[in-house]
Amino acid sequence: MSLLEIQNLVVEFQTASGPFRAVDGVSLKVDEGEVLAIVGESGSGKSVSMLAAMGLLPWTAKVTADKLTFYGRDMQSMSDAERRKIIGKEISMIFQEPVASLNPCFTVGYQIEEVLRVHTDLDRKARRARAIELFQLVGIPNPEERLGHYPHQMSGGQCQRVMIATALACNPKLLIADEPTTALDVTIQKQILDLLMKLQAEHGMGLIMITHDMGVVAETADRVIVQYKGRKIEEADVLSLFENPKSVYTKALLSALPENAVGGRLPTITEKLTDQQIFEGAVR
Amino acid sequence: MTPVLEARNLKRDYHIPGSLLKKAKTVHAVKGVSFKVEQGKTLSIVGESGCGKSTLARMVTMIDPVTSGEMLIDGQKVDIVAEPLSSDMRSKVQIVFQNPYGSLNPRKKIGDILTEPLIINTKIPAAERRDRAMAMLKKVGLEEKHYSRYPHMFSGGQRQRVAIARALMLNPRLLVLDEPVSALDLSVQAQVLNLLADLQEEFHLTYVFISHDLSVVRHISDDVMVMYFGEAVEYGSRDQVFGDPQHSYTKTLFAATPRVDVEAIKARLERRKRA
Repeated sequence: MSLLEIQNLVVEFQTASGPFRAVDGVSLKVDEGEVLAIVGESGSGKSVSMLAAMGLLPWTAKVTADKLTFYGRDMQSMSDAERRKIIGKEISMIFQEPVASLNPCFTVGYQIEEVLRVHTDLDRKARRARAIELFQLVGIPNPEERLGHYPHQMSGGQCQRVMIATALACNPKLLIADEPTTALDVTIQKQILDLLMKLQAEHGMGLIMITHDMGVVAETADRVIVQYKGRKIEEADVLSLFENPKSVYTKALLSALPENAVGGRLPTITEKLTDQQIFEGAVR
Repeated sequence: MTPVLEARNLKRDYHIPGSLLKKAKTVHAVKGVSFKVEQGKTLSIVGESGCGKSTLARMVTMIDPVTSGEMLIDGQKVDIVAEPLSSDMRSKVQIVFQNPYGSLNPRKKIGDILTEPLIINTKIPAAERRDRAMAMLKKVGLEEKHYSRYPHMFSGGQRQRVAIARALMLNPRLLVLDEPVSALDLSVQAQVLNLLADLQEEFHLTYVFISHDLSVVRHISDDVMVMYFGEAVEYGSRDQVFGDPQHSYTKTLFAATPRVDVEAIKARLERRKRA
């Protein structure tokens, strides 16, 4: 059975000038132990579709879907209390800005143990032990001491490790990583990606990697979905996407990579493509 | 020919004052770097955050004084501590910052943003200022109707175009670009990089390009300098640095950069299958 299945997801926001469709009929499926990358430029609805699936959008958003299931359980008809039991435990998420997504008022140890307090029946001592174990897992040196630190005392890379540790606290079946390395340097990015891939393989998690960086896609994904303005443009396994992109948009996107430059200029075909051409050229 | 920019053993220290419980501390942000940029060339400075590349940018732009060492712009020695800079010197070096969302004043119209450098540094009358701003808008691929709009009405790529236009208003010799495309999407990044290449050709501009994205650096530079903890660990032509990196940090940096070629993906998938 697939882990997460979404069919025809639509997310609309009410604005002064009428409803704005951020996600327009996206369908996707993730299996156990699979790495799915969702790629798109800013405004392509890649983050919003995942937030909608987790029910984390504010009330101003109208979310509809033909199907939205996790392990065959319907997430739409579920009560909020029921959904909260799944989210943070079986599905968890890592956000883009590690420093901003941790609470500056509490120690990182408190924030990890909070997840365990809510979702497990471990007692205080066991929670502490588990937190130390998690810090070791994500490669934070001397965890006992580090648990007492506040987010501002740690570097961006370390904060992202704390976020990953928090997300992994209850051994989730599905991890959603929303641009996990965008705010980090290449050398740190490499470490974090390697860590994520190692943990993914060890635990057999499903992993959804939301990113705009084709390099990250090439380094991590099994399967890729390309999105543009809230619509799915192409879905393919990673090798065929890079070897033989089908849609106009993906081709244009790949040719805009600086490494694919011919002479002094970069091809900017996306500039000349109209939305209609992009949507018509979509391969779903 | 004298180089547009020459730096000899530039250093910059930051003093962190002590308090009741803490001792005063000195941070050596840049520990003596030397380099030269000829007119019309691009020098890229690469390194991870905290390695001093932005400090270097601020020194070159004459925002921060140098602690020791010499900096020559067009063969003229610059020392902003000893004497106030003439507006002539100010006009020679301009900077474009990383985040176009933060570097444009949200309460000013694009026209005001573009003409402000002229008001401060020149005696050009208002009508001509306006004409120049209009001409510059077209140069960077925007339109005249954008003159009286506010920054929030623009996308990130357009804002970066405005920031570039502002930097060019004074006809600078040297443009310092502090991660100008790292906040932009891939396709927009390509457009801005092309714009920079066109402008360089048209105005014979000299660029100091700061970035941590090696694929962009490889595309745009003539010379490359790699910085690590305030020191220049590698400095040479692009082909030298990329073809035959000497320092272990440069090699680490290259190894960490994600590769998008099909062979690399095949190799990774193969590894994954075996594991």
